[in-house]
Amino acid sequence: MKTAIQENDIHAFVDGAIPAQERERFEALLRDDAAASERVRAYVAQNDALHAAFDGVLTEPHTLRLPDARMSIWQRWHGGPLRLAAALALGVAIGFIARDQFATRQMPRASLAQQAALAHVAYVPEVRHPVEVAAQEEQHLVAWLSKRLAAPLRAPRLDASGYRLLGGRLLPATGGLGDAPVALLMYESAKGKRLSLLVRREAANKDTAFRFAQEGDTRVFYWIDGPFGYALAGDIERDELSRLSRVVYQQLNP
Amino acid sequence: MSSSFTPTDLEVHIPRLRRYARALTGNRDAAEDLTQDTLERAWTKRALWHVGAGDPAGSLRAWLFAVMHNVFVNTVRRMKTTESLDVAGDSAAEMVATNASAETGAVVHDIQQALRRLPDDQREVILLVGLEQLSYAEAGFALEVPIGTVMSRLSRGRERLRQLLDENGAQGSIANGPSTLRRVK
Repeated sequence: MKTAIQENDIHAFVDGAIPAQERERFEALLRDDAAASERVRAYVAQNDALHAAFDGVLTEPHTLRLPDARMSIWQRWHGGPLRLAAALALGVAIGFIARDQFATRQMPRASLAQQAALAHVAYVPEVRHPVEVAAQEEQHLVAWLSKRLAAPLRAPRLDASGYRLLGGRLLPATGGLGDAPVALLMYESAKGKRLSLLVRREAANKDTAFRFAQEGDTRVFYWIDGPFGYALAGDIERDELSRLSRVVYQQLNP
Repeated sequence: MSSSFTPTDLEVHIPRLRRYARALTGNRDAAEDLTQDTLERAWTKRALWHVGAGDPAGSLRAWLFAVMHNVFVNTVRRMKTTESLDVAGDSAAEMVATNASAETGAVVHDIQQALRRLPDDQREVILLVGLEQLSYAEAGFALEVPIGTVMSRLSRGRERLRQLLDENGAQGSIANGPSTLRRVK
């Protein structure tokens, strides 16, 4: 029996690499091909299982060091005493010049803004798994996150600003208060731009003003309000992010 | 076109590099070493990177996966893979701890076991495409193989993984069937 389904099409379908207008045609073909649709189901399940198994790594604390220019030059020079001395002199000179630029950076305990920026960068590019609970289950989402954060949480609406709630996920506790988990809500504009709002318990319980931080292209506004620290992160202009942060703040403090 | 990146530019890629390394090696310590070596090597070789350096997406990310692939081939792969098989139980239990349900735990355990039994080249493709969501072209760039090779490894790897998971399921694991794959409780 001849089938119109090509091997590569099965993978392209599973990986979301088939153009939207062709997906329907392919789904129709799948309905008539039990073996192919079983494979699609199995491969999608494999991808889901991979995410279930390894997504936790994205936000684990770690002790990796960013490269240090002085270190690498030192390591490249291993030879006789003369070379060692030369390397030492060069190392000292470069170290002196480049001290600020390349200082060894031990990853600190993540600050609110850092954690938000890292979580944003980690989860926003996910095509299929940006959130654990979708916005369609908003009641469940809010109840679930509130329970885990041990305080009532609200999901601000940004629809009027052009961002709809996609859903949320829980991040492992890293740098928050004790073992308290951290919630991440994600929003998306019609053009596919995503914002993430990180919420975590704060020890200080001291309200703060809006603060701004930038990590690469990711800008973050963050503040502490009552028991929670909030950080809104996005790859958008600072003014726009500032405006959205105020919308979030107002909704949380009606 | 010349361009460069700073250590801070590397920082944003660390979570994904760590995730890929963990899935690739199946071992926490080996994965951290692999990621650290990748960061060092990327920095040492940074002159080789420029926007669009053969990387279809023109992104630093795919280039970093290419660097990690090379480090993996040159170091980790040289160690006997049996070494990481010994700690399978540990790391599986460790990772399950962050997930809620027993069902998810079984799925997680099964996929980790099955991954270990795949040939390296198939595991790499499956992870870069299925987990890291690189395009086929980017995966080919990262692994220095043509797209046709990416597709054939993907095809063989996914089919092999399916058999391995089915065998597991037949042995009484509950991690089979779509209903157990809900990650949300």
